[in-house]
Formats: sequence, structure tokens, C-alpha cells
Amino acid sequence: MRILLACLLALLFAAPLRAETAAEILSANAALVEKASRQTIAPVIDALGASGDPTAAQVLEAWGNKALGIRKSDGIFFLITANDGGYALTDLIGAPAGQAAKSDITELKPNAGVRGMIATALVQFTLSDPDALKRAAALESIAKDPKPEALAPLRAAITNESDAKLKAQKQRLERLLTLRFEPDSAARIKAIDSFGADLGLDLRAALNPLLATTKLAAAETPTTNIARELKPGRDLTEIEAYDLLVSANLAPARLTIEAARTALIANLVNGAVAGVPLADLNTQAARDRAYTALEAAGTVPQAATDDEAAAALKAHHFYDIYTEPDAAVTTAAASALQYIGHKVAAMQAADLALDGLSLASIYFLAAIGLAITFGVMGVINMAHGEFITMGAYTGYVVQLYVPNYTASILIALPLAFAVTFAVGVTMERLIIRHLYKRPLETLLATFGISIALQQILKNVFGTQARPLTSPAWLDGALNLNDVVSISYIRIAIFVLALLFLTFFLWLMKRTRLGLEVRAVTQNPTMAASMGINPDRINMLTFGLGSGIAGIAGVAIGLFAKVTSELGTDYIVQSFMTVVVGGVGNIWGALAGATMIGGLQKMIEFLNPSNTLAAQTYMILFIILFIQFRPRGIIALKGRAAGD
Amino acid sequence: MTRSFLIRTPSLLIFIACLALFTIGVTLAAHYGLMSTSFVKTLGKTLCLCLAALAMDLIWGYAGILSLGHMAFFALGGYMIGMWLMYARTEEIVVASLLNSGLPATPEEIQQGIASQIFGVVGASDLPTIWSFAHSLPLQLALVVALPGLLALIFGWLAFRSRVTGVYLSILTQAMTLALALYLFQNDSGLRGNNGLSGLQNLPGLDAVSQDSISLWFFWASAAALALAYLTLSWIVSGKFGSVIRAIRDDEARVRFLGYSVEGYKLFVFTLTAIIVALAGALYYPQAGIINPAELAPIASIYLAVWVAIGGRGRLYGAVIGAAVVSLLSSWFTGGRAPSIPLGFMTINWVDWWQVLLGAAFVCVTLFAPKGIGGLFDYFTGLHTPDRKGAPLGPDQGSLQEKEAIE
Amino acid sequence: MSQLLEVSGVTVSFDGFRAINNLTFSIGPAELRAIIGPNGAGKSTFMDIVTGKTKPDSGTVTFGEKSASLLKLSEAKIARAGVGRKFQRPTVFEDQTVTENLTLALKAARSPWRVLGWRSKPADHSRIEALAQQVGLADHLPRKAGELSHGQKQWLEIAMLLAQEPRLLLVDEPAAGMTLAEREKTTELLVDIAKTRAVVVVEHDMEFVRRLNCRVTVLHEGSVLAEGSLDHVTKNQDVIDVYLGRG
Repeated sequence: MRILLACLLALLFAAPLRAETAAEILSANAALVEKASRQTIAPVIDALGASGDPTAAQVLEAWGNKALGIRKSDGIFFLITANDGGYALTDLIGAPAGQAAKSDITELKPNAGVRGMIATALVQFTLSDPDALKRAAALESIAKDPKPEALAPLRAAITNESDAKLKAQKQRLERLLTLRFEPDSAARIKAIDSFGADLGLDLRAALNPLLATTKLAAAETPTTNIARELKPGRDLTEIEAYDLLVSANLAPARLTIEAARTALIANLVNGAVAGVPLADLNTQAARDRAYTALEAAGTVPQAATDDEAAAALKAHHFYDIYTEPDAAVTTAAASALQYIGHKVAAMQAADLALDGLSLASIYFLAAIGLAITFGVMGVINMAHGEFITMGAYTGYVVQLYVPNYTASILIALPLAFAVTFAVGVTMERLIIRHLYKRPLETLLATFGISIALQQILKNVFGTQARPLTSPAWLDGALNLNDVVSISYIRIAIFVLALLFLTFFLWLMKRTRLGLEVRAVTQNPTMAASMGINPDRINMLTFGLGSGIAGIAGVAIGLFAKVTSELGTDYIVQSFMTVVVGGVGNIWGALAGATMIGGLQKMIEFLNPSNTLAAQTYMILFIILFIQFRPRGIIALKGRAAGD
Repeated sequence: MTRSFLIRTPSLLIFIACLALFTIGVTLAAHYGLMSTSFVKTLGKTLCLCLAALAMDLIWGYAGILSLGHMAFFALGGYMIGMWLMYARTEEIVVASLLNSGLPATPEEIQQGIASQIFGVVGASDLPTIWSFAHSLPLQLALVVALPGLLALIFGWLAFRSRVTGVYLSILTQAMTLALALYLFQNDSGLRGNNGLSGLQNLPGLDAVSQDSISLWFFWASAAALALAYLTLSWIVSGKFGSVIRAIRDDEARVRFLGYSVEGYKLFVFTLTAIIVALAGALYYPQAGIINPAELAPIASIYLAVWVAIGGRGRLYGAVIGAAVVSLLSSWFTGGRAPSIPLGFMTINWVDWWQVLLGAAFVCVTLFAPKGIGGLFDYFTGLHTPDRKGAPLGPDQGSLQEKEAIE
Repeated sequence: MSQLLEVSGVTVSFDGFRAINNLTFSIGPAELRAIIGPNGAGKSTFMDIVTGKTKPDSGTVTFGEKSASLLKLSEAKIARAGVGRKFQRPTVFEDQTVTENLTLALKAARSPWRVLGWRSKPADHSRIEALAQQVGLADHLPRKAGELSHGQKQWLEIAMLLAQEPRLLLVDEPAAGMTLAEREKTTELLVDIAKTRAVVVVEHDMEFVRRLNCRVTVLHEGSVLAEGSLDHVTKNQDVIDVYLGRG
């Protein structure tokens, strides 16, 4: 309101003051300027802003910085700089004007409110400031807090803009301000249409307020800009509708159960209320009866009964009313928003796909080791999660000694592999080797190892989360537009997953070890008779699977909390990945990870408030999925499957 | 007929006698104040865990299905009885507080009061639909059996129908319990989210009775349930049914060619054990006093398998011994009563190291003593296993190892 | 005389490899039939199809007087309909006694509820003893099956098959690993059984087949190459080519 008033005043005063210079304006309003207050000073500041005098900006700035003074003797304004002898004076055109004693000068000390107004007025000068950085800052400050009065200076500052990028920004901002504040309806609609399906958050922020609505109850159709009519019971509950009527003074308040109770208790006479005995008042019907009797006797105020309330609802209409009065503008804004909405939805789908892909790569990393040991050896390794945890802790320990984050991660990756490889091989030699062909026993034995390892890690590293920090170049995110973005760390994990896929394919298809592993997987007896040592292959395979878990641990530790329970959070998902994907096949693990990752993100998207529910539904889905493909997406077929 | 049953299961009488002696001993000790109420409760809870282990032995030891989800049924049983306990108890409190409010309370007000009392913690004030039966003890008791039974039936039907076996089935059961746990962790699941149900140790209408007596009652009930279940399961496994399920464990394809519907038997055993475990849970949680979704964590079910394995699978008393020994040792070690062992450079504090010991012990049992503690009995009674060159007794994943077979 | 089992036009393939190719086969209610053929001829797959373990890609399999299709039935239902199978390697329940093994196989209700209430009657007991007597295991009834010798396990499995009282027996290489005397006993037993029910014997050993003295079906690459008496088929040029060609 005040802003409007200020504008109005500015319009009134601007005309007569236009021709004057800054010095003239100041001296004409010397009294106002000296005792400046927010209520009174607006015309002066506006006049300075509108004067067109090139010195006005300097004057305003000096005023705001308490560097403007009045010489007491003649009332002339000077720019002042404090020095040893008092003040060095500069006149308003910028020429030095000698020295003055401190007592000769009244220093102007505008209060915070006035300084704010000066700053706003300065914006238009800053918008044309020779320093591009200052211009950009000014634009940003307008964009952050758009005001109607910024429109005129902004328009004025467009034509002389030399920087193409800034000019585009200015034009965009100008259109954003136009569609909100321009009085001319056609210009606003043109501005709205000019954006098309722009995805910018700033555009949606500008459009959304245009479509803000309030609810209204009325007996007649109002003449305002109606968004839609609301039907009680469909668009809003009957209670809400009635509350609208009550707040608009169109109907009496309804009797709440609490109010009725209080009224009944207050009218308790001789163990009865209006003739109804107290002991009988243990049903709502009896209480209603008693209250009606009290109403009839006039002891309590009339309250609307259900019938009256229903009739009142019927007699009135309910509307959503736009706060923006111009119907053409709201229509244009609504259709623009709808158009944007479609495009945003498409972009969100893309974003979702990216999210799903990055989750899939995490699951893939976590599950690949498990898939190897399960596929090649038929061994379910319940301690796999602890291997992941160990990998993450290895990264933490490395960072204790190597402060450079980039170097430490590069050291941690192979070291984590080495540590978990060693633990895996030890475990295979000591325990698992004795339990081949007994998968259920292996499952339980590795579970024993899992609880022991987890507790040991807890005892060594404590229960609180340990930091594993990623290098600075992995911070931040790649923003494709205001909807689609992906953090660099996730891209890195995706790349890591790709690397592993290639590495694994190379290992299995191109190396002697891979050949032997495949031979042992398909027919151990035959492989053994061909001179392959299955014992050695099993050991190496298990070590490899564990080692990859360690590397996955470092990667996961970069974005998750490193605690002794880190691996546990991923173990069930890893199992699911392997089971859904199909055993004994790297592509199976990939397909499983993609499906589980994608599915989880999709369910989360449909029900964003509740990630727990998302996981529940996903597991249910997997249980059902197993019905149709009991051996996973990519299953070995025919006789080889052994079923 | 009865005679041959008893002859075939000589351990039955010994077990029942031991259990009876134990019950009498605990009762006397509690009566003369030699045993604290909390310890009686611990023993009562242990008996419930033994009951759950008994069912686990039937499904894993006898039928060869390593279910890693049976503790979900245990917790569901607890939730079902807990709903009635909490509702009835809260109803008493609400009715008492409404008495002083000036007007006699209407049923709606009581309902409203109960709902806001129970669900205030999760920011709701309406009674969810799943509480519709909570006002009635018989209905809720029926649910203790019906809900886990139905869940097991549906899940089992889906899983066995598609011939999911071995480790696949284990992982699938694990996923089931995880899904259920995650579901219950939500506030809008209607079971108070991660707060769970609490105050279950207070029996409605029994304010005057001390916890000493109540704990003994539950102890007796648990002992009776264990004895009854032991009797029933002994009878089941000693007959032809037991023979069929052991055959399924060792070689299910062969059983199919004999004309038995393997899926039907598995489903029967899965559902039966789920119901037994649910009953155990319904007895357990009133003694524990609180139940929350953490009780359904997959790890709890794996522990159940650990108990059975340590006790010796494929023999009912083995499961009971395993559950009792491990869970009592566990509470002794984690209760901080076990003496720490100073090693000079560090001190073994058992609260921290018990899990490591348990894990290691478990690995050792799997590797070196597949018969578990039960094997000791064979040793003392002079039984020894036949030599089959180390081959397992059947081609299936759940089949017994040579060392596990009881001569 | 109508046929007990009729297999017609059955084809099955694994990953593109046709294990059974348009196979047609039938056997009467009381007939002994030997199936011979080189390795990979589809003998085992044929048995898998009849017992319901493998579902064919096309073709029909019907069984009994009403010519009911077996393709829709599970293994257990096919077994209950009266098809018994003996595997090449003895598969008995090693952890259970001979009595228990035979009890499992004894013709009786198979549903869980009925089995739960099942108690052995004197008639069952005498039937088990008679079967054990027949296969020479009468002294071993309380022993665990796992302790029996290989030959004894073979006999136990045959006894279990008889206890099932099937109408059709599929026997996979019954003579494998048996002594000469045992083979003779097996031959007698099979011929004897075939008087009342259908028996299909899959065998490699020509000598054994000759002793059975029955119709012979030669399988090759998943379909029937020749059928008739042993002398008839051994003169068949195709059969000679296949067998000699394979060495």
C-alpha cells in the first residue's frame, strides 16, 4: 500500500521537478533532506532518481553512506570526507571545494529506513553501472524481491546494455516484471506468451502468484474473477463450506460437542438437565434432546441444527476467486502454467530416469560381488555387507593419514580391494571351502561371520559415523535446467559401475582366469580333469567378489554415513538384485540393479512422502515377480539350469 | 498305539518331566523370594523363544525349508494380542478420567479418548480400521492365529507354487519380514509406527494383582504351551507325516514321484509353524511389555535359525536346548554380568564382545559339530553315525548332512 | 485292446536343441516294453515327459481308459494316477528305515490331512513284510536305507515302486550295477509284474533286453526309429546304421 502511495506521490511530484539538477533538488528540499524520515522523503529521492542528472547517483550514494553534508553557513550541499582537520569538501559536480572545520558542517545521517529507500533508488543507476558485476548484482537483487517500481528503471537500462548475457537477463527480468506489475493487460499477456514452455523456476514463481485463489461463499454469483465454483461434499467438505459461511457472517455457528457439553454441565439442576436425568446423558441422542429442551427454554443460544446447516449450504454458492482481477491474464497464466507443467513432467521423467540410473549403479556396485560368488560358487555370502563396510572404513583410515582428498580416494580404492580381498580369501580358506554344496549351511556360517565382523568393526571404530569426504571436484551437481540435475558424485559412481562392468566382461571373456572360472561354473568335475584347480578358482573368485565389495564400500561411503551398519542397509537390496536379475550372469546383476533402482525411484516418485512405503511395495513387487520368473530376469535355460 | 508312539519318541517323557521339574522349581523359588520377578519374566520369555525354535525346527530341521522370516509371525502374534491389551488398558484409563468430567461419557467420547491416547504419539486421533476388533479379546485372540496363518498361507502358496527352494526361498522369506517391518515402521500403518505398542505388561482389570503373580501366570502358560506343542509336534514327526516331510527335506523330486503333493506339505508345515510361532509371540510380548517393528528385523529370524542349529536341528529337544542356552547366555553376557577379561593390551568387555563370540561359536558349530548340542546326547548314549563317506543324505539343499543324522 | 498310455506327436527342445522330435509311442495295460537307443536318443527326456517333470512344446500324452491328458497334471498327480518311475541311480530316503521307505510308498491317501491321521494297520504291516520278502529285504526292515548296499537299494526302490501299485511302471536301467544272479531275479520280477500292468524298461544292455523277451522300441534323435521284436529290429538297416555308425 505504502509503495503504491509512494509511486503516486512520485508521479505527482516528478513532473515539476524534472528539469532540475541534483543540487537544485537538494537545496529546494533542504529542510526535508536534513530531517529525512521514511514518511516524507520519498518525493525527494524519487525526484533525484528521475532527474536525469548524471551526478544524482553519486549524490544518492554519498547520502546513503553518510558522506553528504550541509555547510551551516550557506546551506550548500557537499560531498564530505573526514580527515584530520575536519572534512574535505567536494561539490556535487565532483570538483574539490576546499576544507571545512568539523563544526561548520552538518553531516546528514539518514536512518535505516531512508537508507533502504536510497538503495532502491540507486538500483536504476546500478543497472547502468559501468562495472558488469555491479549490474549483475543489481539484477539479482531485483529478481529476488520483484517490486513494481523496479520496472521503469529496468526498462530504461536495457537499450544501453553492452554485455549480451546481461542484456538477455535484463530482458527476461523485464518480461517477468511486466507480466506481474504492468497495468496494461495486453502487455502482460504478451509477456506471458513470450515465454512459451520455459522451464525456469523464476517464471513459475512469477506465474503462480497470479493464480492464487481465495475461497468465497456468496448467495449470488460475484462479479470478480472466478477460478471455479466449488461443490460442498466434492471440492470441499461440508464442514469447511459451513465454516466459510460462518466466517462470512452468512450463518450462525454450529454447535460443537464441546460447547454442548459445557452448556449442559452449566445447566445441571438437581441431577438433571432440562428434565433429562444425568445418568441418561451417556448417548449423543440424549444430549441433543436435552440441549434442544434448553434451547426451547431460551437458556442457551440457538445453534444451527444439521437441517439448518444443510439448508444454508444449499442457499449459497462457493467459489475459488483469483486475487488477480484480470480474467484474461489469469487465463493466459493458467494455460502457460499448464503447458509448462507438461514439459516439467517430461523433464521430471528424465530426472527420475537419471536418479534411477544412479541408484541402479549403486546397487550394481553393491551386488556385483555377491553375484559373482553366488553365481560361480553357489555361495550366499551374508557377510558381504560387512565387506562393503570394511571398504568404507578403509577409506576413512586412509584419509586419517593422507589429507589430500583426491589422493586419498585414489589410494583407498585399491587398498580397500586389497583388504577385503585378503579377508575374503581367508574366509574362503578357513570356512566356506568346507561347506561347498551345502548352500544353507554356508548362508548360516557366513551370517555368523557377519555378526562377528560387524561387532568387531563397532568395537574398533565406535558407533558414531566416521567421515569419508569426497574431493572438492566431486561436490555440487550438474544442472541441465531447473528440473534436471545430477550430482557429480553420482556421475562418478555411474562411471565406476561402468568401469566395473567393462573390467568384469574383460576378465571373464578375455583372460585365462575368466575362462577357467567359466569352466568351473559349468562343470567343476570336467574342469578339474582338464587340469584346472577348482580350489584355486573358487578362492580367487571369492576374493574377487569380496574385493569388489570393498571398492563399492569406498564409493558408497562417500555419500552415506560410514558406520558399522553401513553394509546392512545394502545387503537385502543386493540379494534382491541378484535374485531378480538371475544368478551366474553379470548382465543379470545389471538388469536386476536397473530394475530395482528404477522401480524404487518410481515408487518414491509416486509416493514421495514415504520412502518406507516405497521399499515395502518394492519388496512385495519382487515377491510377485519371482512368481513369474523364479530364476530371475536373465536365467540359464534348459538343462543347464538343473531343474 | 499310544505305546508305540512313546517308544518311538523316548525323549518325550524325559522332556516333559524336565520341563515340569523346572516349572515347579521356578515357582517355588519365586514363591520364597529366591528369584526376582524380572528373572521369572526372562525365563518365561525364554520358554516362548523355545516354543518358536521348536516350530523353526519343524520347518527347517524336518522339512528342510530354511525360513528366515518366522520371527515376523512371532511379532505379528505379539502385535495382535498387544492391540487388545493396549486398547482395553487405555479404555480403563479413559473411562476413569471421563468419570470426573461432569456428564456420563458417551461411547463416542470413550472411543475418541482411547484413539487420542493411543495415537497421540504419531499425531493422529482416529482409530484405524485395523483396530476394529481390538475391543474384543476373543476376536483379537482369533486374529493372533488367523492373521499370521493367512499371511503364511498366501506367502507360502506364492513361493512354493513357483517352486522357489533353497537359498532363494530363504532370501524371499527374509524379504517378506523386511517388507513387513518397513511397513510397520510407518506412522500411517495404524500400529503406532516405530513407537510400537507399549505397556503390555499391565493386564486390563487386574490392577490389584501384583506383577509377581502375573509373571508367574505367564511363566506357567508359556511352560504349558511349550509342553503341549512339544507333545503335538512329537506326535506329528513320529508318524507318517514326519516321514513325508523328512523325505521332502532330503529329496523332494522323489517324493513327488511317489504321488505326494510336495507344495501342499510345505504349505501345511509353513502355515502350521507360523501359527505356533505367532502363539509364542502372543505369550512373549505381554511379558516383555513392549513391541515395536524392530522386532521384525530379518536378523531376529536368522537368530532363530542359529538357535536351532546350535541346539541341533532335526530333533525337537535340540531346538529347545539351543534356544534356551543361547538366549540365556546372550542376556547374561549382554546384561553386563559376565566378568571382563583383562588381556594386558586391552580388556575383553563381554557386552562388546559377546556378539563376536556368538558369531565365532556359530561358525564353529556349523563347521565342526553339525549336530549341535544335541550331538552330546548321542555321544553319551553311545549312538554313532553310520559312515557314508561324507555324502549328504539327499540331493536337496535342505537335506541333512551325514553328521547330523541320528542313528 | 485300447492302449494305457498314448504319446503322440510330442516335441520338446532345450535352447534350440530338439531332444524329442515328433515322438509317437503307445503301450497296452499289461505289456512289457523295452526302449533302447544310443546316448542322447531322448530316453530320459521321454520318461520326464510322461512323469510330468518336463512339459513338451507340442503333442499329446494320454493315460488310462478315459484317455485323460497328463500334460496339465503335476508330477504328484501323475504318480497318483498310476505312473510309477524308477530312477537309474537308486533314490531311496537314506535317513529313513526300510519300513518307513515302504510305508511312504504304500498305496494310501496322499493329502497332508489324511497322512497326518494315518496309522499303520495290521494289513499295511503284512503288505510291507510281503514286499520286503519279495525283494529279499525282510531281515533289514528296521535298518536305515542309507546303510544298505547298492544292490539292496535297487531292490528297495523296486519294492517301493510295487508298493505304489502303479498301472504303468517306467524303469530306467534296472540292471545297472547288479550281479548276474540279481539280473536274473530282476528279469523274472519284471516279466511277472508285466502280467498285470504295463512296464517300460529303458536299457542299454542288449543281453538283458533279450532276456526280457518283449517288444522293443528303438529311439534315435528323439523319435522312434524301429519297433518290433528284438530280432526284428536288430535286422533293421537304420538301426544297424545308427548303432554301427556310433561305433
